[in-house]
Amino acid sequence: MAKFFAVTIVVIAIASAIPIILHTWGPPVDISTHGALIDEQTSDTMVEAGVSFLAAQFVLAFFIWKFSSRGPGAKILYFPGGAKGLVAAAFLLVGTEVLALGVFGTKAWATIYFTPPAADALPVQVQAGQFAFYFRYPGPDGKFGPLHPDKIDEASENFFGLDTTNDPDSKDDIVTAELAIPANREIHLLMHSKDLGHSFFVRELRVQQDFVPGLDVSLHFTATKPGKYEIVCTQLCGLGHYNMKAYLEVMAPEDFDKWIKQQAALQ
Amino acid sequence: MHDMSANAAQHHAPTSFIRKHVFSLDHKVIGLQYYGLALVAVFIGMVLSWFMRIHLGWTNFAIPGLQLLSKNGAPGGIMTPEYYLQLMTMHGTIMVFFVLTTAPFAAFGNYFLPIQVGAEDMPFPHFNMMSFWVTFVGFLVLCSAFFVSDGPPLSGWTAYAPLSAVGAVAGPGQGTGQVLWATAIGIFCIGQLLGSLNFITTTLDMRVKGLSLMRLPLSAWAWFITSCMGLTAFAVLLPAGILLILDHVAGTSFFIPSNLVINDQLQAHSGGSTLLWQHLFWFFGHPEVYIAIIPGMGIVSHVLITNMRRPMLSHRTLIYSMGALAVLSYMVYGHHMFVSGMNPFSSLAFSFPTLVITIPSTIVVVIWVGSLYGSRLRINTASLFALGFISMFVSGGVSGFFLAQPSIDIMLHATYFVVGHFHLVMAVAAIFGIFSGTYFWFPKMFGRMMNDTLGKVHFWLTFVGAYCIFMPFHYLGMAGNVRRYQAFVDDYLQPLIPLHKFITVAAVLTGLAQFIFLYNLIHSRFWGEKAPLNPWEGTSLEWSTPSSPPPHNNFGAELPVVYHDPYQYGVETASGADYVMQTSPEQIKGGHDEP
Amino acid sequence: MATTVHEPPQIETFEPRVSDAGNGGWKNLLPADGDLRAVKDYSPPPASTAIWVGLFGITMMFAAFTSALIVRQGASLDWQHLSVPPILYFNTVLLLLSSVTLELSRKPIARYMGGLRSEVKNPGLWLYVTLFLGIMFVAGQYLAWRQLIAKGLYIWTNPNSGFFYVLTAAHAVHILGGLGGLLHVIRKLNAGVLRRSTLVATARYWHYMDVLWIYLLILLWVKL
Repeated sequence: MAKFFAVTIVVIAIASAIPIILHTWGPPVDISTHGALIDEQTSDTMVEAGVSFLAAQFVLAFFIWKFSSRGPGAKILYFPGGAKGLVAAAFLLVGTEVLALGVFGTKAWATIYFTPPAADALPVQVQAGQFAFYFRYPGPDGKFGPLHPDKIDEASENFFGLDTTNDPDSKDDIVTAELAIPANREIHLLMHSKDLGHSFFVRELRVQQDFVPGLDVSLHFTATKPGKYEIVCTQLCGLGHYNMKAYLEVMAPEDFDKWIKQQAALQ
Repeated sequence: MHDMSANAAQHHAPTSFIRKHVFSLDHKVIGLQYYGLALVAVFIGMVLSWFMRIHLGWTNFAIPGLQLLSKNGAPGGIMTPEYYLQLMTMHGTIMVFFVLTTAPFAAFGNYFLPIQVGAEDMPFPHFNMMSFWVTFVGFLVLCSAFFVSDGPPLSGWTAYAPLSAVGAVAGPGQGTGQVLWATAIGIFCIGQLLGSLNFITTTLDMRVKGLSLMRLPLSAWAWFITSCMGLTAFAVLLPAGILLILDHVAGTSFFIPSNLVINDQLQAHSGGSTLLWQHLFWFFGHPEVYIAIIPGMGIVSHVLITNMRRPMLSHRTLIYSMGALAVLSYMVYGHHMFVSGMNPFSSLAFSFPTLVITIPSTIVVVIWVGSLYGSRLRINTASLFALGFISMFVSGGVSGFFLAQPSIDIMLHATYFVVGHFHLVMAVAAIFGIFSGTYFWFPKMFGRMMNDTLGKVHFWLTFVGAYCIFMPFHYLGMAGNVRRYQAFVDDYLQPLIPLHKFITVAAVLTGLAQFIFLYNLIHSRFWGEKAPLNPWEGTSLEWSTPSSPPPHNNFGAELPVVYHDPYQYGVETASGADYVMQTSPEQIKGGHDEP
Repeated sequence: MATTVHEPPQIETFEPRVSDAGNGGWKNLLPADGDLRAVKDYSPPPASTAIWVGLFGITMMFAAFTSALIVRQGASLDWQHLSVPPILYFNTVLLLLSSVTLELSRKPIARYMGGLRSEVKNPGLWLYVTLFLGIMFVAGQYLAWRQLIAKGLYIWTNPNSGFFYVLTAAHAVHILGGLGGLLHVIRKLNAGVLRRSTLVATARYWHYMDVLWIYLLILLWVKL
């Protein structure tokens, strides 16, 4: 039974590793400028985690195989180096490993969070609410009008609660149900929650950020490949959470200009 | 001899049925009561997981009988989206609190800690009894959420604000259900605090003559460390729960900011902080998962040593590592909040201790595996589950490497990768610890052996089944499968549904295998083969009680005296046995007494 | 013959432990030379350890409330200064006095329980005074709440009032627990079976409630 157990452990370990090695299931192609750092960090971690996982399972299996059929008179042996050696090895190997991961990983994080948005980034506001995302562009004046929560009215499609009569900045704001952006231009995404916690996740963009009700957070990113991508909510927000999504359309700049003019006309 | 009676609350053996089996002051009965509670809870939690998994694989499938649980939630047996989330919330809450905190810690700890320190009972048996009944009431209050008109809350076991705080306007179950949930959790906290009081005092003050702290078995150390953690963690969850309830019933706004518009209604609350809930919750929540695993580590170490016939390569290292895990667990909680909107510098700050906590976890594993080398490993159901624990803990642990890094967390947060990670360490490894302890200590608790053949069948089905269920979760997560979705409508999720179906089949089959365990438990309790006093040839104090189950005062007429370290295995004795019990005055050459 | 002293039976001594813990005591019940017969039996009474454990838990709870207060204050624009009702200062004096009376009770009780039953007429007198002062404290806290309500400050009115009620109520609940402990001590004393450790633990708890109250008072005064 022990030997069978050892074999089972090895088989399961290898079987678990196969889909990883074959990249059977993985994230989609990266369309962002910062994603390469994340992907590289992930592969490095995968190698370290994978080696640790396989080594630990194999050694466990090997020891179970080897030491389960010893008679009562067999001498108790001590692992070479003893506890001290093992602890030292654990500290050194794992310590350097995690230190390296931590240190190199800060670069990917810093690129996203510790750099301010470019001065010419396109500002777009996204509002998350049960159970949809809406987007707002500042229009030609480049300014967002103030939000009036008491004026929010789904029926008349005033999703953001704008007062176009009294607030001059709101007059040219463009509200849409999908997020279209020009390729290769930095986007400054302002995130506002209407009601509860939500999250903004676009896998291809390598972006995930929670909305914080009461605190407007912001992100900046640049997309490089035109296409249609899914924006999904990843923070449990109620019964419609599974269905809360929108589309990100990355367009060539000329197409984007056309699109934004069309949207302005529809307001 | 140490006059234990002056300190231990004296209580004579009870005679009435109520005093013996219901309102008992005896820590052994209380331990079994906790175990029974955990057993009921785990089967409820498991059935809930079946409902969830079936719905995920086959969303419009009518689950027969589900409409009896909730007319509104599952009309005709077909689960509504909100009901999925409600069942999910209850699954998580029941499992984390009433199984993972209750069984390895409250159940086994209550039963065996006093015996392993040589005491007649805990020093405060009335508090101990209260701690069980308070926990039981908490369980009833939690389950009552199933039966209120709107059902249980749907905000997950993490109950993030404002969803959990604004009330029924946010969704079904968020009114009465959420308040019942928060009340149940608060009651649970009080029960655990009372328990910690007893555990800590027992370990520090009730040890018999000759039993220094370093001579305590590793299971006792694990319970001690866990009870210290429980004291700190539950004492923070309780105020968080109180503030949450106040937001519901007293119109306060601790967690609810201004200007929220829900269901077209502008909410009257103002100024609260949603991140405050997350900080308070995770300050409790992360230590909680270590509260779930550390007793398992202690039990597994204890079981393994007995079955390896040698002590661990370093007894102290394991103690210090468990202690390090406990201390570090308070510094890492922000890794649940990397993308929550908190200051990105804080995310980096939390990421470093999270990476560092890998080190004591690794040390524990290498000491276990290193001690296997050159051992005389015995294979029985208890040791199989203990070895399985190591495999599962490694598997679950390595996925932590990814989640510890904020940049990688951007892609893995709120995906099935996280769900796979925590299920492997909690739902599998910790449960394996419970199984290992059960098979190991059953003979002492009931005087009978569990059927080892059935035990091995149970082990094989569970070990392979659990990997089949939870390994694929990581692949789903890497593909971006978001969690807490009741159905997969997004384009990119469609190709993953077959994998979900595979997982569901594995989950149902593995779950059914647990009935073998239940049968074995019940059958062996009454008709199992009679057990010798020390079936595993163990050395620690529980094996020196004069009977199985131990008498009311555990050791009979005289309390034991301890002469040795806890794990004198692999030694040469006069009688030819390869072990010396802690209570045996025999001096042996080549003993492993630690300096 | 009667004066022959027999050697004690030889037991093989094993290696002397290099132990960093001292002789006896609860840290290590085995002395350095390995002779078990010399082990002192001391370990602290469980009530003593237990009360420290309990007080630690209570500290963590109020630490959580404090951090909630600080974060909430930082997050909000609706923080409105709340003046501490003056009766709180009077209540504070009552509570501090009750600690004094509790300490005063210890000597008569020690003499009574130590065997001088006939000489000590009313050993529990100061305990009753403490109990009374404790009840007056809680009543005074209730009056403070009434005063706030009269000013239109309910728990939901603004976060300052919210925290005021929450903190004072949480403390008052623990005072009630302390009153229960005092009643327990009185009951045991009247039955003649009061242990010193019980009284010490109860006193420690009660004094801690004082210290906690002073901390809360300062917190309310500074922050709210």
